[in-house]
Amino acid sequence: MITRLEDKDLKRQSRRQLLKLAPVAALGVFAFPKVSDRLVAAGVRFSDWASGVMFRSQHPAQTFSNAEVVPFAKFPYNYYDVVDPQVDLEKWTLTVEGDVQHPGEYKLAQVQALPKISQNTLHVCVEGWDVIGSFGGARISDFLALVGANTGANFLEVECADDYYESIDMASALHPQSLLCYEMYGQPLDRGHGAPLRLQMPTKLGYKQAKYLNTIRVTNVLKPDKTGYWEDQGYSWFGGL
Amino acid sequence: MSNEEEHEENKDAGPHPGSVPAAKSGAVEGVEAKPETVAAEPAPAQPVAKPEEPDLVRAAYEHPLPIRITHWLNAISLFVMVTSGLRIFRAFPSFGPKIPEKVLLDIPKSLTLGGWLGGALQWHFTFMWFFVASGAVYVAYQVISGHYRTMLFTPRDIPGVWPMARHYFFFGPKPPATGQYNPLQKLAYTSTIGFGVLSLLTGIVLYKPAQFSSLAFLFGGFHLARVWHFAAMCGFVAFIPGHLIMVLLHGWSNFYSMLSGWKREPEYQE
Repeated sequence: MITRLEDKDLKRQSRRQLLKLAPVAALGVFAFPKVSDRLVAAGVRFSDWASGVMFRSQHPAQTFSNAEVVPFAKFPYNYYDVVDPQVDLEKWTLTVEGDVQHPGEYKLAQVQALPKISQNTLHVCVEGWDVIGSFGGARISDFLALVGANTGANFLEVECADDYYESIDMASALHPQSLLCYEMYGQPLDRGHGAPLRLQMPTKLGYKQAKYLNTIRVTNVLKPDKTGYWEDQGYSWFGGL
Repeated sequence: MSNEEEHEENKDAGPHPGSVPAAKSGAVEGVEAKPETVAAEPAPAQPVAKPEEPDLVRAAYEHPLPIRITHWLNAISLFVMVTSGLRIFRAFPSFGPKIPEKVLLDIPKSLTLGGWLGGALQWHFTFMWFFVASGAVYVAYQVISGHYRTMLFTPRDIPGVWPMARHYFFFGPKPPATGQYNPLQKLAYTSTIGFGVLSLLTGIVLYKPAQFSSLAFLFGGFHLARVWHFAAMCGFVAFIPGHLIMVLLHGWSNFYSMLSGWKREPEYQE
């Protein structure tokens, strides 16, 4: 739509319209790292909140046939400092703490006595690769029932033999595919994959799948700056798939 | 239009009772209004052909404010999404299996944003919201206002693509400008909306493959969604240099129009 107007009118109109973009130009402050650091930290918090809202507590993650599972030799070992933290498998017990009726030390046999779930699911790394693995273990929800956990609490914290630590939202912990995993490919977990017990949740990213579990704690409050080994360095806390 | 001109025009038109709307003229007769009042009414039914005033500029308000705001927000977001996305890709620069991993493409660090994978993800997870919000507002505004007609590529534009491409790339004759955008521009701008939708949908699959498992299935699973997501980025990366070169070639007035909305002396008529 072409109009004809005097040069000075066009210039005035253009200037006025240009000024309306000033708020966009003000976004330039985010070019300063001090400001942008806070912006992206808020962005990740918002994304984590949205992830919690999007989470479908009963919706199963995809499962695969045995033919689709990658060979055990091609399931990568991922660790942050040592692949084998020298857990004494004979003396090992799982410490249960926090908002539970029966806190204390639990033996692997007590976990294995719970109904066993075997599933072929996708293990997705935050780096962008994924492998289909075969996992076996007890539902976290069954174990929480065994120890009399308050499942109305917000979080589950875990600590590991290699000083790794993690925390997850209760809804994800109670998901029917979320396991306390003691088997991969039908064999007891090997040391590199987290013997004797690890988390295996196909609705979470790989770095949430803590290995060599030592302690499980049910809590309503997370320690600030100690929500997870990678999370404390800047990864998303929710880490959900 | 200045008052002076208006006055002159009315003098030319004179007090024609026929040019006054019927209802008005009845009222005028009733109160016996002064002829000056009648004469002061503009005469829309008989526009007087006016010679082109030399001091008037042809201009078009091409880009309404919502378009300009979303254009620049989207430009910033796209820049962040591409550069942080490339940093994320560096963490696993392949589309194949983890073992054995082949480095498909070694992207220079200097082209990336975020410093490390975690930092890049923070940028990506923050600006994905701005990217989607600005895109959604843009599309909604285009549709509701009807402004999309200036830029939407339709089958009618197909015959005009080749002459325009021949002009740009092979120095062919310049086809006459028929609207705000030529067919090739429409094709480019409409494509970017396609890239945006593709990057959003595949991004949802990569971000939440378990929650949106049906969508993941639609794109052929997590692996292929990653390929499609990369392809959408390539689409944008192909668009941007062409877009910037064209902006450079068309000069300041064209660039300024995306800031002020007003295009001075547009090429097209009407």
